[in-house]
Amino acid sequence: MADTILVIAEQREGKLNRVSLETIAAAQAIAAETGTTVEAAVFGSGIAGIAQEVAGKKLARVYAIESPKLAKYEPDGVVAALKAFIQQKKPSLVLMPHTYQVRDFAPQLATALERTLISDATGFHKDGGKLVFTRQMFQGKFAADVSFACPAPHFVTFQAGSFRGDKAEAGASPAAVETVNAQITDGVVRNQPEDPFKEAKQAVDLTQAEIIVSVGRGIKEQKNIELAKALADALGGEIAASRPICDSGWLPMDRQIGSSGQTVSPKLYLAVGISGAIQHIVGMKGARSIIAINKDAEAPIFEIADFGVVGNLFDIVPALTEEVKKAKAGS
Amino acid sequence: MKILVCMKQVPQKDAPLKLNESGTWIREDVSYEVNEPDAYALEEALRQKEKHTGEVVVITAGPARSQQVLREGLAKGADRAIHLEDNGFVGLDAFNMAKAFVAAIKDEKFDLIFTGLQSDDYGYAQTGVIMAELMGWPHATIIMEIQKTESGIRVKRELEDGWFQHVEMPLPALLTIQSGINKLRYATLLGIKQAKNKPLRKVTMDEVKSALGENLQKIEKLYVPQKTKKTEMLDGTPGEVAKKLVDKLRNEIRVM
Repeated sequence: MADTILVIAEQREGKLNRVSLETIAAAQAIAAETGTTVEAAVFGSGIAGIAQEVAGKKLARVYAIESPKLAKYEPDGVVAALKAFIQQKKPSLVLMPHTYQVRDFAPQLATALERTLISDATGFHKDGGKLVFTRQMFQGKFAADVSFACPAPHFVTFQAGSFRGDKAEAGASPAAVETVNAQITDGVVRNQPEDPFKEAKQAVDLTQAEIIVSVGRGIKEQKNIELAKALADALGGEIAASRPICDSGWLPMDRQIGSSGQTVSPKLYLAVGISGAIQHIVGMKGARSIIAINKDAEAPIFEIADFGVVGNLFDIVPALTEEVKKAKAGS
Repeated sequence: MKILVCMKQVPQKDAPLKLNESGTWIREDVSYEVNEPDAYALEEALRQKEKHTGEVVVITAGPARSQQVLREGLAKGADRAIHLEDNGFVGLDAFNMAKAFVAAIKDEKFDLIFTGLQSDDYGYAQTGVIMAELMGWPHATIIMEIQKTESGIRVKRELEDGWFQHVEMPLPALLTIQSGINKLRYATLLGIKQAKNKPLRKVTMDEVKSALGENLQKIEKLYVPQKTKKTEMLDGTPGEVAKKLVDKLRNEIRVM
């Protein structure tokens, strides 16, 4: 399996995490350029159905790595199971989605094999004979081309949204599914996880909002949030924020957009004083239109905005609110 | 509890960054600050110490300028500091950075090690987890709450989409801390004064070199990302910009 790309698909609570399809699409794209084959693995307990679901994609083989010890996610059992599996199968490249779960075990897995993980990559290209991965640095202000400087297996995680899951090619017929019974020795697992839970149910479902006015650090003080609220009201939209605003308690946590908050795709996303850190972008880049107002012309938010205004939000936002009100009154 | 907090100095959030001539790194003549999640990690360590007594030690790696984050840590209440001082530490990959930290603390006995969940410069989100594996310790990532129990700790992990999970863990353990776990304190004048007399141990590259290897991954080049979208920039006075935006909202975005 030396010329094989292995995709480790993610399941949580017995359901395939759809972001895994993006990773399969990434693997298929890399395989097309490098002449490698793609296989996938899922780990857990009682996951035959999920393995079957994955096997619908164009893959050479799908492994269901099973153990009762993998029923609840914790990193030690997963690393023990995957380490043994990778040592036996010897894939050249191991791809995973950059989820919170993967972030928890993937660096441990790579280290246990004395290898390295290129984390949160957004793309790849071939440079001569070398496979190079692109990742964002300095909060998205720069991109870096990163290569491996050690023998295989090479580990890469891809940021959500870097590839399109609906572009993952289906197979002509389902791929063969092979069950692997993982041996996890007693004592290997140190953490005892409890069942996942949700804090007080979310008061607002921003995923249904057509217009979102979102504020970031540029708003400077809690009282200035009112400026953005007035604009949201004038537009008939919802107010939201980047993580630091909710961390400060200026808006409730259920108004947070980004990897740890809600993922939205409204008709309009109006970003006010938001620089556009990766963790925020992943939560809103699906918006149909993005307007960004920021004092820093170099802010990464302008990379993905349809319309941009460089300037002082404290002047522009009230002017815009007035103009919107005027236009609505007149129409 | 004896807690080590790994801290990093990163460019200030709104500092305009420029590439160096060879396009391999940024020009270093910028303003720096404490990596934000690391500030929360320090705060959490101080709160744990206040609750359970013990010691808080801060550690960083980098050139002389990075000592500032240790000074800030000491001023806020950390008891002592360790500085791996060499410009060479800036270019290490996460694997070697973790090895350098582990080598620098080999004679210490900590109950807990905290890191921020990721850094604002490299953004690897790996160094802490790698350290745990190198030391044979359990770890948990993206932590929003820590309680001491009879046999160890019980932590609250943040999962995605508003989900959380409690995890029981033995000690010693390594935790990566999420921003927002607590409210940050400011250093007091007295704290800043006292910080000057607190012990700061310097570790040279030579002292840890034997633990390090070649980087396992290499940054080939750093560059300004290509735009994936064509952004139409609007300018003028605030009034003019507002009019232009309303026109776009009406005729192109069609939400009015």
